[in-house]
Amino acid sequence: MAEKKLMKGNEALAEGAIRAGCRFFAGYPITPQNEIPEYMSWRMPQVGGAFVQAESEVSAINMIYGAGATGVRCMTSSSSPGISLKQEGISYCAGADLPVFIGNVMRGGPGLGNIAGAQGDYWQATRGGGHGDYRTFVMAPNCVTELGNFPHKCFEVSFKYRIPSMVLTDGLLGQMMEPVDFKHPEIDPKSLPEPDWALGVARGRGKRIVKSYDLKEGGVEIMVNERVKRYQRIEASEVMYEEKMLEDAEVALVAYGISARVSVAAMKMAREKGLKVGLFRPITLWPFPKARLVELSARIKSFVVVEMSLGQMVEDVLLSLNGRAPVHLYAKPGASLITAEEVCAALEKIMKKGAKEYAAVK
Amino acid sequence: MYQGIRISGFGGQGVISAGVLLAQAGMMDGKEVSFFPAYGAEMRGGTANCSVVVASDEVTTPIVSMPDTAIVLNEPSLAKFEPMVRPGGLLIINTSLINSRPTRKDIRILEVPCNAIAAGLGNGKVMNMVALGAFAAATGAISVDAIARALPKVYKKLKPEVIELNVNALRRGAEFKVN
Amino acid sequence: MQLLNKKPESLLDVKMHYCPGCGHGIIHRLVAEVMDELGIRERTVGVAPVGCAVFADTYFNCDMIQGPHGRGPAEATGIKRARPDTIVFSYQGDGDLASIGMAEIVHAAIRSENITVIFVNNAIYGMTGGQMAPTTLLGQKATTCVEGRTAKQAGYPIKMSEMLATVDGAVYLERTTVHTAPGVLKTKAAIKKAFQNQVDGKGFSMVEILSMCPTNWGTRLDNPSEATKFVAEGMQPVFPLGVYKDAGAEKK
Repeated sequence: MAEKKLMKGNEALAEGAIRAGCRFFAGYPITPQNEIPEYMSWRMPQVGGAFVQAESEVSAINMIYGAGATGVRCMTSSSSPGISLKQEGISYCAGADLPVFIGNVMRGGPGLGNIAGAQGDYWQATRGGGHGDYRTFVMAPNCVTELGNFPHKCFEVSFKYRIPSMVLTDGLLGQMMEPVDFKHPEIDPKSLPEPDWALGVARGRGKRIVKSYDLKEGGVEIMVNERVKRYQRIEASEVMYEEKMLEDAEVALVAYGISARVSVAAMKMAREKGLKVGLFRPITLWPFPKARLVELSARIKSFVVVEMSLGQMVEDVLLSLNGRAPVHLYAKPGASLITAEEVCAALEKIMKKGAKEYAAVK
Repeated sequence: MYQGIRISGFGGQGVISAGVLLAQAGMMDGKEVSFFPAYGAEMRGGTANCSVVVASDEVTTPIVSMPDTAIVLNEPSLAKFEPMVRPGGLLIINTSLINSRPTRKDIRILEVPCNAIAAGLGNGKVMNMVALGAFAAATGAISVDAIARALPKVYKKLKPEVIELNVNALRRGAEFKVN
Repeated sequence: MQLLNKKPESLLDVKMHYCPGCGHGIIHRLVAEVMDELGIRERTVGVAPVGCAVFADTYFNCDMIQGPHGRGPAEATGIKRARPDTIVFSYQGDGDLASIGMAEIVHAAIRSENITVIFVNNAIYGMTGGQMAPTTLLGQKATTCVEGRTAKQAGYPIKMSEMLATVDGAVYLERTTVHTAPGVLKTKAAIKKAFQNQVDGKGFSMVEILSMCPTNWGTRLDNPSEATKFVAEGMQPVFPLGVYKDAGAEKK
């Protein structure tokens, strides 16, 4: 095995994308994701790819729209306000079935907010964010190694189902350094088949069109319905999650990304106090691991959602469980870090009081 | 073993590089590590701090909110981080630049004149290494030798004599003992 | 019998949706003839805008992409950088290029992207129904300035070719018109040069073409001279024809 390397999360995400065959990147500076365009600016030329510092996030996503239409693996990244600017373009990518890859290193919001890590873009990432009926494949890493490896999965899913994909992370994971272990063999883009929809040099084939519109009556309905079938296949086969100490747990913490790491510490503290607590970590946020939560509800008494937001993923947990078990929320908006001590205290309150109803416990 | 560390001081005191070095050393020593810097606006205005975790098991939160050890290199850092240290934890104070005395009685205090020692070695820049040496000796979380081995990995362009100077600073720092 | 002129291979034989008297059809044909003549059809990717030319993707017989309003130069940048072996053109109207897409066109010129831009300036929003464009003349009536555009309320018409001529990265800029037969011939020559520049790797080229919009100008459809007169007497004094930059000619 190669020597472990200490890397910043943002750099690991960039390197991971390149190792997954990404050969075009366009982005615009915004904290806390600046290491991604910085890294790409010198790394892309090394692998024969192209880097453009765009004039805006809007322009960057449209460069990706163009590059993605040629079938080249491409990426843009930003942080929350910049991702808002990209939403129109992401909607177009979804509408034109382009397999583009987006990194969102979340910061505090709404508005300019702050530059600390946060989880307030869950709804935006999983509900679309842009206009129209569409889905984006969303993965939430919880460590630098996952940041380095998830681009591989994102490109794989993106190209298999022709859907935009996103790694949803935050300023904490983006800025932190950890040993990174790239698990996938490096992909040489030349070894990848040229998609049969990609624009480029025709060499005798007929013309191809990449577009998201159809003005014929019922045309868009047909397009969306066809897409829905692909979404259903993704929901059936691409769900990912992680479980810790759920075998004997009475209460399951449900958290993703950085909150899941805090929750592990809280879980250990609670276990030391004799509380039977486990952790359920959704890795794909869309598709959300609904079915597994329902299975768990047969033996888990209640679920405690931990989020660095005002409580967004909790709605997916509620929808998944649909009343099968009580759901509690420990949430902190405004890019304020949740501590393990707080979560542990909340667990004690919930488990000793035996609250039955959904409530924000902060 | 789970050691959460906060290092804080002026920009230019080598706070960030000391943190990266500690994480690199921990990793090379087979431990689980994380490093988290203050960044962006927090860095403007001259102060810097970072969190480092060195652990035998998985690292949970990368931001150390209750440090087992706080290394404070300037006056404002003492005011900010002394109250955060875990009861029974360690506070390493750079007495070359800090005149105030800590008030807490439930933590261990290690006073090291980092700048003075570094100046004595002929280069004031290695004051951060003096502090790391004191940390290594006082906690045992990581050895001075491990930090020394990590130096050329983090500072790839340093000349051998400069590496040696840094190692000397580490060893001088390691001579200090908790009162 | 001898065939003197045929339909260009780069244009598909489909019915266009453009109004009677509109200049888009002429300009499409000129672009297609140039693609034929340069032999680049099979490696050309065209970018269709939002606006009247939104359906350009169905008319040109080359790979086409249709994307968000005003972002053609960004899409073209992505295509060209990802696939440098392609010839990329962005086809844009005045609202698309000079209003919502102002940043994208200026920065594509700044980077001297090796692309070709066809900019159709008819001083009005056509597809949406005759609203004021950034190039609408002072005094010209539109549905969002029913008494005529005033500088006080809406500022002045933007002169893109003149403005982009100040950008170092812009290699070739020419303003032409299609309201006369000689104008059409000159427009074709300009388009050809703008594509040839790209083939030669020279950098950013744009042809600004003054064009007619009888429908939204309210000129008589049964009397095309009303529209051509508006180009000649209304637009041309504000948007003088000519070469605004030809850096490619200087660089040998």
